[in-house]
Amino acid sequence: MTAAGMLLAGGAQAGGTLTIATVNNGDMIIMKQLSGEFEKAHPDIHLNWVTLEENVLRQRVTTDIATHAGQFDILTIGNYEVPIWARQGWLAELKPGPDYDVNDIVPSVRAGLSVDSRLYALPFYAESVMTYYRTDLFQKAGLTMPQHPTYDQIRTYADRITDRDSQTYGLCLRGKPGWGENMAYVTSLVNTFGGQWFGEGWKPMLDTPEWKAALQWYVSAMKADGPPGATSNGFNENLALFASGHCGIWVDSTVAGGLLFDPRQSHVADRVGFSAAPTGPYGKGPTWLWSWNLAIPASSRHADDARIFIEWATSRTYVQLVAQHEGWVAVPAGTRVSTYDNPDYQKAAPFATFVHSAIDNADPNGQTKQPRSYGGAQFVGIAPFQAIGTQVGQTVAATLSGQMTVEQALGAAQASVSRTMRQSGYLH
Amino acid sequence: MARTSTRLRHAAITVLAWGIALWMFFPILWMFLTGFKSEPDALSTPPHFLFHPTLSSYQDVFARENYWHFATNSVVISVMATLVALLVSIPAAYAMAFLPGPRTRMTLLWMLSTRMLPSVGVLVPIYLLARATGLLDSRTGLIVIYMLTNLPITVWMLYTFFREVPVAILEAGRMDGATRWQEVTQVLMPLALPGIASTGLLSLILCWNETFWSLNLTSSIAAPLTTFIASFSSPEGLFFAKLSAASTLAVAPIMVFGWVSQKQLVRGLTFGAVK
Repeated sequence: MTAAGMLLAGGAQAGGTLTIATVNNGDMIIMKQLSGEFEKAHPDIHLNWVTLEENVLRQRVTTDIATHAGQFDILTIGNYEVPIWARQGWLAELKPGPDYDVNDIVPSVRAGLSVDSRLYALPFYAESVMTYYRTDLFQKAGLTMPQHPTYDQIRTYADRITDRDSQTYGLCLRGKPGWGENMAYVTSLVNTFGGQWFGEGWKPMLDTPEWKAALQWYVSAMKADGPPGATSNGFNENLALFASGHCGIWVDSTVAGGLLFDPRQSHVADRVGFSAAPTGPYGKGPTWLWSWNLAIPASSRHADDARIFIEWATSRTYVQLVAQHEGWVAVPAGTRVSTYDNPDYQKAAPFATFVHSAIDNADPNGQTKQPRSYGGAQFVGIAPFQAIGTQVGQTVAATLSGQMTVEQALGAAQASVSRTMRQSGYLH
Repeated sequence: MARTSTRLRHAAITVLAWGIALWMFFPILWMFLTGFKSEPDALSTPPHFLFHPTLSSYQDVFARENYWHFATNSVVISVMATLVALLVSIPAAYAMAFLPGPRTRMTLLWMLSTRMLPSVGVLVPIYLLARATGLLDSRTGLIVIYMLTNLPITVWMLYTFFREVPVAILEAGRMDGATRWQEVTQVLMPLALPGIASTGLLSLILCWNETFWSLNLTSSIAAPLTTFIASFSSPEGLFFAKLSAASTLAVAPIMVFGWVSQKQLVRGLTFGAVK
C-alpha cells in the first residue's frame, strides 16, 4: 500500500491527458458525452476515452497494472475488484477534497469500496435486486403482487400467467453461464434458501440441502414457466424479452427499472410493476449489491488530475448536470442520498424510493444463515471467484438444459470448487 | 440419357454450392440486417426478417466514436505490416526454395509451429517488451507484431509459389549475366506475381481481422477497427443493433476489397496447381 502511495506521489503530474478505461453502459456513455463540460472548466486537462467490453477491460487493466505500464489513469471497475485490487496495492487511496460531499454516498455502497476504512474508489452508479412484473397480466389473472413476495408465491403467479401460445412466459431469470450472469442471481437465490458458497475455513458448501432446494426451485420453475433457450439469457436478453412483452415476472438488477420505464426502449413501459426480490425459506436476504466505480491505478502518472475528474464525475453537481441534459430519470442511480431526496427525481422515477431502500439495506458483506469467511453480496470477494463462479455457472446451466440432474450438478460443483480452492491455497 | 444425367448432376452440384455459400454468408447477412433494426427488434423472439428499417444505430455509432480514426489505423497498420512482411519473406522464401541447406525443411516447420502457440501465452513478455520500447498503443508496435505473426504464413506461401518456378529459367537469367538482385526482381518476381499478390492479400486480411493483439496492445491512439467493434458491447443495456452496425462498418472495407480482388486471389492460390 505504501509502495502504491509512493508511486502515486512520485508519478503525479499537473495537466496533460487522462486516459479513462470504461465500459459501454448507458450511464458511462452519458458521462463521456458530458465530459466536454469538465474539459471546459479544466482547459489544461484533456480526456482520452477507451471503451472496452467488460471482460476485455478487466484483462487489459489487470495486465497494465501488473506490469506498471501506466496506460490508464482512471479505471471503471466493479465493487468485486475494488477490495481485491486495493489489497494488492494496485489502486491509489482516494482522499476526496473538502468540497466533495463524501458523506452523501449511500453507506452500504461506500462500505463496499473501502478497505481498512480507506476509500479506494468513488461510485458512479449502484444497483441491487428487485422483482418486475406486468401489471396488465396480473390484473387479467386476478392476481396482486405483494410488496415482499416469497418464491412460492412467485411460482404460483408464474404458473397462472404463462401462456406459451402467445409466447408469454410467466418467469424470466438469468440462465447464461458466468460468474456475473446466472451466478449473480443464483447466489442471491441460494442465500435466501439458507445456502452459501463457503463456510468458515473456506469449506465449500455446495452439496447442502439448501443449494439443492434452491436449484430444484429454479430448474422446476424455469422449465414450467421460463422462455425456451433460457441458458442463453443473461441480463440483456431478459431485458429484451420483458421490454418486448414476453415476460410476466423478472427478478433482476434494479438498473433495469430505468430501462423498462423508458418508452423509447420498452414496449411495456406503462405496464410495469415492481416489488422486493422474493425471499425463500431462510426469510432474510436476498442481498445483491453491485456498483460501477471510478478508481485510480497505482501506476497512473496523472493521479492528481485523475482525482479531480473522478470527484467531478461522481459529484452532486454532475447528477444535476445529467438531469439538465438527459432528464432526472437518466441520472446515475444508487450512489447519492441527495438524489433520492430530490422531489424531481422521485417524480421522474417511480421506483426511486424502492431502489434506494433495496440498495441501502443490501449488505456488502452478504447475509447468510451460517457464519462465513468471505465478503461480497451476490459474489464471493476473492480472486478465484471469477473462475469458480463461471465453472459452477456452467454446471447450473447444464441442469436447466436437462443435461444433468440437480444432484449430479451439485456433486460436480462441490468437487470442482474444492479442487480450485485447494489449488489457490485457500483450502488445505 | 447420359446428357440428362450430367445435367442433373450439374444442377444438384450448383444447388449444393449455392446452399453452402448462403449458409456461410448468412451470419454476415444477419449482421447487416440487424444493423438496421431497433434494439428491441434486434433481440426479438422469434427473430424478425421483416421489420421497419432504421438508421438510428448507425447514427449512434458515428456519434459515439470517431470511425475514421479507427479505419485509418486499420488501413495504415494492415498495409504497412503486409508490405514489411513481403519485404522480409521474399528473400527468405527465395533462399529456402533455390538455395536450400540441410536445415531448411526443419526451419520451415519450426516457423509454422510458432503459429500454433496460443497468443495469450506470450502476452506478458510482449507487453513488457512493448512497454520498454515505448511501443504500447503505437501503430509501429502493431505493425511489428502483425508482421511477425504473419511471417510464417507469408514465407511458407511464397516458398510454395517459388518452388513452382522452373530453376532453368533462373539459370538462363544468370547465364545472361543477371545479378542476384536482378534474378529476383526481374525474373522470379514477375513469374511469381500472382502468388506474391495472393500472399499479400491474405496477409492484409489477416492483419485487418486480428483482434487479440489490437485489444491488448492499443488503447486509443493506435486502436484499429477491431477495438472499435469491441467498444459497442455492453454488460447492461441493449446493444446488438449498434454492435451489428459497428461490425458492418468495420468489415465493409475489407469485404469490398476481397470482392474486387477475388480473381487475383483465386488465381494466386491455384498458381501451379495445374501443370
